[in-house]
Amino acid sequence: MFLHRHPRLIPYLLLLPGILFLVVFFLVPMYYLGFTSLQSGDLFAGYQFTWAWDNYRDAFTLYQSHFVRSLKYAGLATLIAFLISYPLAYWIAFRGGRWKNLLLLLVIAPFFVTYLIRTLAWKTILADQGIVVDALRTLHLVGEDGRLLATTTAVVAGITYNYLPFMALPLYVSLEQIDTRLIEAAEDLYASSVRAFLRVTLPLSLPGIFAGTLLTFIPAIGDFINAELLGTPRQLMIGNVIQSQFKEVADYPQAAALSFVLMAGILVLVLLYARAVGSERATRSAA
Amino acid sequence: MTDRITRRELIRRGAAGGMVLGFPSILAACGGGDGIEGEGAEPSDTAATTVSRELANRLVFANWPFYIDVNEDTNERPSLNQFTEETGVEVRYLEEVNDNEEWFGKYQAQLAAGDDIDRDIVVLTDWMAARMIRLGYAQRLDKETITNAANLQEALQSPGWDPNRDFSMPWQSGLTGIAYNKKTIGKVTTVDQLLTDPKLKGKVTCLTEMPDTIGLVMAAQGADPSSVDAGAFDSAISALQDAVDSGQIRRFTGNDYTEDLDTGNVWACMAWSGDIAAGLKNPDIEFTVVDTGSHLWTDNMIIPNGGDVFTASTYMNYVYDPVVAARIAAYVYFISPVVGAEDEIAQFDEEAVGNPLIFPDEEVLATTFIFDAEASDNPEYKEKFQAVIGA
Repeated sequence: MFLHRHPRLIPYLLLLPGILFLVVFFLVPMYYLGFTSLQSGDLFAGYQFTWAWDNYRDAFTLYQSHFVRSLKYAGLATLIAFLISYPLAYWIAFRGGRWKNLLLLLVIAPFFVTYLIRTLAWKTILADQGIVVDALRTLHLVGEDGRLLATTTAVVAGITYNYLPFMALPLYVSLEQIDTRLIEAAEDLYASSVRAFLRVTLPLSLPGIFAGTLLTFIPAIGDFINAELLGTPRQLMIGNVIQSQFKEVADYPQAAALSFVLMAGILVLVLLYARAVGSERATRSAA
Repeated sequence: MTDRITRRELIRRGAAGGMVLGFPSILAACGGGDGIEGEGAEPSDTAATTVSRELANRLVFANWPFYIDVNEDTNERPSLNQFTEETGVEVRYLEEVNDNEEWFGKYQAQLAAGDDIDRDIVVLTDWMAARMIRLGYAQRLDKETITNAANLQEALQSPGWDPNRDFSMPWQSGLTGIAYNKKTIGKVTTVDQLLTDPKLKGKVTCLTEMPDTIGLVMAAQGADPSSVDAGAFDSAISALQDAVDSGQIRRFTGNDYTEDLDTGNVWACMAWSGDIAAGLKNPDIEFTVVDTGSHLWTDNMIIPNGGDVFTASTYMNYVYDPVVAARIAAYVYFISPVVGAEDEIAQFDEEAVGNPLIFPDEEVLATTFIFDAEASDNPEYKEKFQAVIGA
């Protein structure tokens, strides 16, 4: 009865569960993180809220190289994942035929194994005395003393591998929805297949590219498992620093400040990216 | 022999599992931002006298993975079963300590608030045991009950952080020294060689536990790791930094170094005696103490606030019986803190008899040091060490 008299409240009531969820699992933790990031003190004396902006200054000055490195690795991994996934998704969408579902399943198959185990498996594959390195040595692609494990290459490759499905699946979805008659029309109008691809297929798959790059880049930049297991101290990323500040040094304010800087950084990058791509084009469903 | 290989593999799996378990602890750590000073009770001087001398029905014992005797066929733990038979106390044995910091992070908020964490005994490494005591999170032992404490090795009787062993009893000790692959590199005996030999470039790992790594380097530089001063600490840090920058050190590791040794990714590294004593898959791996000084560390049983002091003390008394201690030592292959365990071990494991890694002689012990517990928990030192190990 109440709703009959106040029909305008209905949309808000429908939103309520979602809003509650965001408040409990996003706003409250954010507030807490922000609060922690402005504390000072130490483990034994306790941490007090003191508007300690120094934590933010330290986050920028002391850990700059880790931020830059994370940006570089995540960017590189996203680019490589894109270059691998696009042809893959294209092929499945347009040439997969009745195998489409099976092929998609194969893309996700590694996810049935936990993240950590997948990454540890690469340690075995890339081991100094393993077959991959041996083969590359025979081909003189890796020097006699050379190695793959515990290098930048291994870390970037690990990140690429682990996040590849996040790139491939959105790409597939947007490519799959393209009306092939549009491509036929382009070719009927004497566009070469390259031109048809560049003018029709690629722009129509833009939402997939946008979603895929974000889904890959955002978790990749905060990743710490790949650097930890496949790298050396010289490959550690900002995620490793945050982890060690929380767990080892027990400097919770510093760790919170670093987390905030990372989040804000990602937000700015995403906004710039959305702007460059044109958010309307990027998010418009191909349908 | 089979049981040892099994233990080795289990430890390796444990190391991987530990990382998985590590994630929640990071979250848990977030909950502690208010500081842990809280209402945590001060260690009560009267605890020992007011303790009720009545056994509880159950003892909850939190320990590290693969750190107690297991019968591989039945998957039972004989020493715990025997304790239950003798006392009627059921033991709930939890292999939940994978890492000192991680364990602390998980319970810190509750301990700070004065809550009962439902643990009667927890085994923590020297510096973390010291932290628990310093923060007032540990209870006084009922020393009258622990008559077997007389069997405690002399070298372990009065650490600086608990000089009369009022709050802690050692569980096991171990040595941190050097493990090397005798086939690929030959015997490596000095820390200097680890950090500078060009033949070992990229083939060396050190440990993420600061007392181990910094302690070994400080001792090699002629400094005294049992009482750390800032100058000597910084000089050890800079030697490590050079070795990281030059690519000499491949990684800093926890238990997982054994895997790198086995596969040949690493030829020489800082290592824990028990791991190598138990035997790796690769027969070419050997362990040596370091002439300049190996680290003698100890994991200690303490009673967290809320734990049942009398029941826990009764258990401590039980494991200080040399026969029980020998049974445990024969499985874990670290150093038993109990005098007399050596004489009893033959009935459990012939091969352990006279093994210098399980029963180090005077000569070996003379070259060991115990790392400064206060320095191991000094935030400034920890920060510097974390910066060298890459984060």
